[in-house]
Amino acid sequence: MRTLRTLLIGTVLRAKHLSRSPFEVAMALVIPLVQATLAVYLFRAGDEPHRLLEAAVGAGLMGVWASVLTGSGGAIQHQRFEGTLEIIMLTPRHPVLVILPLTAATAVTGCYALVATLLWGRLVYGIPIDLAHPLAFGAATLACIAGLGMFGLLLASTFVLLRNANALANPLDYPIWLLSGMLVPISVLPAWTAPIAAVLPTTWGARALREATVGGPVWPSIGICLALGTVCLVLGAVLLKSFERRARAAATLALA
Amino acid sequence: MESDYAIEAEGLRRTYRTRTGWLRPRRETVEAVRGIDLTVRRGELFGLLGPNGAGKTTTIKMLNTLLIPTAGTARIRGFDVVEQTREVRRRIGYVFGGDRGLYDRLSALDNLRYFAELYGVPPRDQRRRIAELLELVGLTGREQERVEGYSRGMRQRLHAPEVLFLDEPSIGVDPVAARELRRTVAGLAAGGTTVVLTTHYMAEADELCDRIAVISGGEIQALGTPAELRSRADGRRVVEVEAYGVPDTAISALRGLPGVRETSVEDRGALQLLTVQSDAHVDVQGDVLRELAGIRLGRVDSREPTLEDAYVAIVGAA
Ligand SMILES: Nc1ncnc2c1ncn2[C@@H]1O[C@H](COP(=O)(O)OP(=O)(O)OP(=O)(O)O)[C@@H](O)[C@H]1O
Ligand SMILES: [Mg+2]
Repeated sequence: MRTLRTLLIGTVLRAKHLSRSPFEVAMALVIPLVQATLAVYLFRAGDEPHRLLEAAVGAGLMGVWASVLTGSGGAIQHQRFEGTLEIIMLTPRHPVLVILPLTAATAVTGCYALVATLLWGRLVYGIPIDLAHPLAFGAATLACIAGLGMFGLLLASTFVLLRNANALANPLDYPIWLLSGMLVPISVLPAWTAPIAAVLPTTWGARALREATVGGPVWPSIGICLALGTVCLVLGAVLLKSFERRARAAATLALA
Repeated sequence: MESDYAIEAEGLRRTYRTRTGWLRPRRETVEAVRGIDLTVRRGELFGLLGPNGAGKTTTIKMLNTLLIPTAGTARIRGFDVVEQTREVRRRIGYVFGGDRGLYDRLSALDNLRYFAELYGVPPRDQRRRIAELLELVGLTGREQERVEGYSRGMRQRLHAPEVLFLDEPSIGVDPVAARELRRTVAGLAAGGTTVVLTTHYMAEADELCDRIAVISGGEIQALGTPAELRSRADGRRVVEVEAYGVPDTAISALRGLPGVRETSVEDRGALQLLTVQSDAHVDVQGDVLRELAGIRLGRVDSREPTLEDAYVAIVGAA
């Protein structure tokens, strides 16, 4: 109960903090529109107009992932710079309670990207938003937020340890987009990528959203997305605890 | 197994390893703290005084669990700072100087709510404590405004720490706020909180601290009450000379004069203030003025040593 409350309040306040940065807001506003536009032209050119909505949803999810990746990396780096990383790691709670709200908040604010992409597609390109399972679409969106937030925690554990891990992690945008089938269907990727895709929560989140959009079972994908997310959470918690200790030995919680 | 001592440290050492450059990495090790032993009683106000790079911050961060010592052990109220972090962290607070340590994009109220959660303050107590704090720092009615530097210490009062670490709290604070801050710190200590404070300012340490450790080069050079430290300069006499454009050669010449123990130069705009400490029974003023012949001089003064002179003597001898 207390843990949930801490996570919830932490997430709300971190989201508030993010939404007050002109830079973050500008990024959040502009990037999905660019991505939606690209997606539309890619699929128009590809002569597959019936897949436009699917493409818009995929582009929206790309925005959510970009927000989680750059958002968590940026938030931890910014706090290292400001000295608040030390302050929050110094509180007597498990580091997961400190770091998970940070990545969850980026997933929540990233959700705007999904909504914005769909609206942009509707208003500018006239892509109708007729979802196969509107209710399941809502559930799949929530599952994506949770799954991506927990996946983000796994990455964030390295941001806590390594002073410039976020610079190394930022290029992870593209591989995850590709591998999880947000950009193009997984079926067109080389076979060796399949096992990697299968263990990424993003793959199943994307699949759940696609199934809710064009029709499909949805719920099994949601279940797998959440289960893999939970694995990331547990793994992230273990890593975070051990990385915290290593960061104290290597003096990487602060800049100087 | 709570201890009667607030802080016990034995043989604390810390080295930093840094790596610069990618292609041909240069590795360097800095021995920031080289063996520090201390005990601080409960309710004591303890000062760490030393020049830049002395190892004050490093020492504080080893005591507050942010850094793992390279060697040695430390306990806060009997709990080990490496292994029993949760027990230690429940009992300590940490504030550092400058406008940092709070989220300046959030309001005072939101900052307090966030830290109240992270410190596990029970929900039913939060509202009351936060209101009390806002009242205390004079922010009642303005709690929706974003925080400013002056309120950065308030986070620490949410969970009423038993041991409070203050790293140069008065840096960048105006004199009036600094006086207010000293009053607050003294009040906390009077209320039973153990306070460890680092500072560059002698007067601050002198006014506040029960005991002071003078630290330089990562080692404690002297430890005692302000009065005990002051007596380090007993048997000395100080000559102060205001001068304009003193060459380095003249200063080395002063250092070589018989009876002279310490010589320091402080730039004050165009003017330089030379402070020459000597054995009290040797009158060096004549010799000093002879060495400075031909240099434009201002006020010349001979006086009893102060705590500051004792500090210069201690750090100078290190
Ligand atoms: N993270 C770090 N990596 C490498 N060297 C460091 C690091 N932090 C401190 N040092 C070095 O260790 C020494 C002690 O630094 P420390 O910050 O403890 O001194 P200080 O007494 O707090 O100084 P100041 O009065 O300037 O705050 C200095 O030489 C400093 O350059
Ligand atoms: Mg310092």
